[in-house]
This record gives sequence, C-alpha cells and structure tokens, in this order.
Amino acid sequence: MKDFADRDVLEMLDELIVCPQCDAVYRMKKPSHGERAVCQRCHKVLIAPRRNAGLHIIAVALAVLFLIIGAAVFPFLTIDAAGNRNAVSILDAALAFSGGPMIFLSLATAGLIIFIPLLRVMLTLYVLIPVVLDRPAARHAIPAFRLSEALRPWSMAEIFAIGCAVALVKVADLANVGFGPAFWMFGILVVLVIAQDSFMCKWSVWYRLEHPKKR
Amino acid sequence: MQMVSMVSSGTSKEAVTARELGIVACKRCTKASAMGTERCPRCGHRLHSRDPLSLQRVWAFWIVGFLCYIPANTYPMLRTQTLFQVDESTIIGGAVELAHYGSFGIAAIILFASVVIPLAKFWAIAYLAISVKQPVLVSNHRRQFMYEIVEYIGRWSMVDIFVVAILSALVQLRTLASINPGPAAIFFALSVIFTMLSAQAFDSRMIWDVNAKGRTRGS
Repeated sequence: MKDFADRDVLEMLDELIVCPQCDAVYRMKKPSHGERAVCQRCHKVLIAPRRNAGLHIIAVALAVLFLIIGAAVFPFLTIDAAGNRNAVSILDAALAFSGGPMIFLSLATAGLIIFIPLLRVMLTLYVLIPVVLDRPAARHAIPAFRLSEALRPWSMAEIFAIGCAVALVKVADLANVGFGPAFWMFGILVVLVIAQDSFMCKWSVWYRLEHPKKR
Repeated sequence: MQMVSMVSSGTSKEAVTARELGIVACKRCTKASAMGTERCPRCGHRLHSRDPLSLQRVWAFWIVGFLCYIPANTYPMLRTQTLFQVDESTIIGGAVELAHYGSFGIAAIILFASVVIPLAKFWAIAYLAISVKQPVLVSNHRRQFMYEIVEYIGRWSMVDIFVVAILSALVQLRTLASINPGPAAIFFALSVIFTMLSAQAFDSRMIWDVNAKGRTRGS
C-alpha cells in the first residue's frame, strides 16, 4: 500500500482515482454511505456516495420536470399601474428581446432558463432509471451523462430566480406587482435543482455505468 | 463528513501526480488511463495530460470577453419610456441616477455586480494564466480557491441580463410606461459567456505543476 513502484502502474489503472483538479493520484478505497473521499492536496470532493441517492435524484428530477413545464406556461408575474395590467410568463420574459440581433439574446435566455435545465433533467432520468432499477444501462447512457455534465454550468434556473427578486425590487415602487402560480413553482424548482446537484455523486454514476450489475 | 484516507505513494505530504506516473486522467470522470490514450475508455471524454492549447484558448476567450465588455458599458442597457420622456441609461449611468434619488444601497449593489465583479473576474483569470508561466508568491491553495470562485461566480453575472429580460417583458403598460432592452444587453451577455468559456478552458492542474519540484506545501 505504500508505494506504486511495487507493481506496474498500468496494471492497476482500475484501482486508481485521479483528482481532476490537481492531478494527484490515489489508490481507490470506496467510502461507505455518508462518507466522503477528499483529495488531500486540493480538497476537492472526489467520491460522496449517499444511501438511496439514485431514488432521491429520480424523485426530485420528476418533480423538477413537471415544475419547469408548469412554470414556463402559467403566468409568472402580473403588474398593475393606473388601470393598465400586464401578465407575463417565463417564456414571455425569455422572448422579451425581440427585433434584429436581439433575437439571439432571446434564444440564449430561453435556452439557459428553460430548455437546458429541461434537457438536463431528462438526461438524468434517462441515465439513472435503469441504473437504480438494476437493469443494464440505457443505450448511449454514457454520452448522455457526459452531455448532462457538460451542460451543468449553463443551466441557470436558479440565477433567473435571483434576477426576479432584483427586478421586483426595481419595479416595486413604480407599480403593483402580483405573483402568478408559476412564480411559486419556480421558487420550489430552484430549491429542488440545488438539492439534486448536491445528492448526485458523479463518480458513483460513472462507476455504475462502467460496471453494470450482472444478474 | 469523515475524510477517507486514500493512500498515495510516498509521504502523505507530497502527492504523486498522474503525469509523473506516466498515466493520464480524465477531467470528467477521474478515470486513469495509460499516457497517450486518445479518449477516456469510461466516458469518452478527450484526454490530455496537460492540454497544450489550454492557455491559448483562455486568452482568446478572455480577449473577446473583454472586447464585448467595453460596448456593454458605453451603450444603453435599458430604454425606459414614461408618459413624457424617453430615458436611455448605461449600467453606470443607471447606478449614478439611482444614487441621485437616494437609493445608495441599490446603486452600490448594481455597481458591485455589473462593474466590480466582471472586472475582478478578468483580472483573476489573467492573473491565474500568467501565474502558471511565471512563479508567483500566492500559494497553490490560494490560487486554486481563486479559480473555484471565478468558476462559481461566472454564471451569476447573467443575473443582469435576466433582470433586463424580466423588466422588459413585465413593464409594458402601453402609454404609461414601458421598458425595452438596449444594445448593451447583448454585449454584456456575450461578455459573460466568453468569460465563462475562458475560465472553463483553464486547466487547473497547471496551478499545481509550477512548484511540483521542490516545495509542495501542505494545507
């Protein structure tokens, strides 16, 4: 256990884990549920398995799926000033940039706050449901999970929620602002998205995709 | 939250890197492969022990992001139409106006979020990119922490764009008042996106390479 020099490193590749942040190599020892394996050099969390994490993630992902669809369709905010009334949905907000080159901004906003989070949820469900049910991995599960991970920084639902709070502060003294059902859906959504990311141990998913259970 | 010891070779103080062992690690899924493997056998991600083009991409995205940040500040961000007047304000102009009316708190927040943080991000990425070429005084842990902050905060700058989107969709009260986005919005969004790409292109393993030989400080 002391030195790598005893054996040829290339023979024990499957037992190694490398910190993606600082390139330090470790001999793998899988932590039990609730424990975490942390890189000793840069303190990055490498493995953090949780009991029934897969089931939790699937439950949360299903809730997120319905909330995104609901939040996108139902009215989100209403504004009232001197008899003029306007109600907007999240799609309206995303498509607010119209005309000329602004259309790109509209598409980008719609993607960042609705379509990328939606796509990530569906990819997560697609990859994890067979894994949790102990079935062979879904077709193309590996590229699907890779895409889902690559999209992680571009999924900005929670940032949009903070944007709402800022916008409300700005408009509050100009007019009466009311909350539609979508507003509350979006609030719950943000909490769930953050919970989902903290449940997920990426390494465990990769490991299960690489070593599917045999029955 | 117990730290599970995963024994590396040698003393616990000095970590052995994959490069020294002649293996290459996957940044996506942490799997180790033999040096020279093209794609990760587990997840298919392209493998580089140290990406030779990493710094070039960092600087390319950095420059584009910075160039976009200039018109983001000179063009108007919001076009506010009220009963009698049309008002176009830039980011800084809007904040100054708010301070004029006495909302110093909000003005400070806007200045901090749309001016101080983006500039700090440009500075931090440039500093990190230079620091892997030239020895600097700041310790590896500090620089790693800096990189994590930049990566984490990068996405949050989009909040400005979302505020503009919400305001322009919501405040459409025919003659009474309406708010429309100005051209700065598109440049600001591009600037945020390119800074995020620049930060993502940076290979944080290079931070730890600089003084790999000689002093490797524990935490």
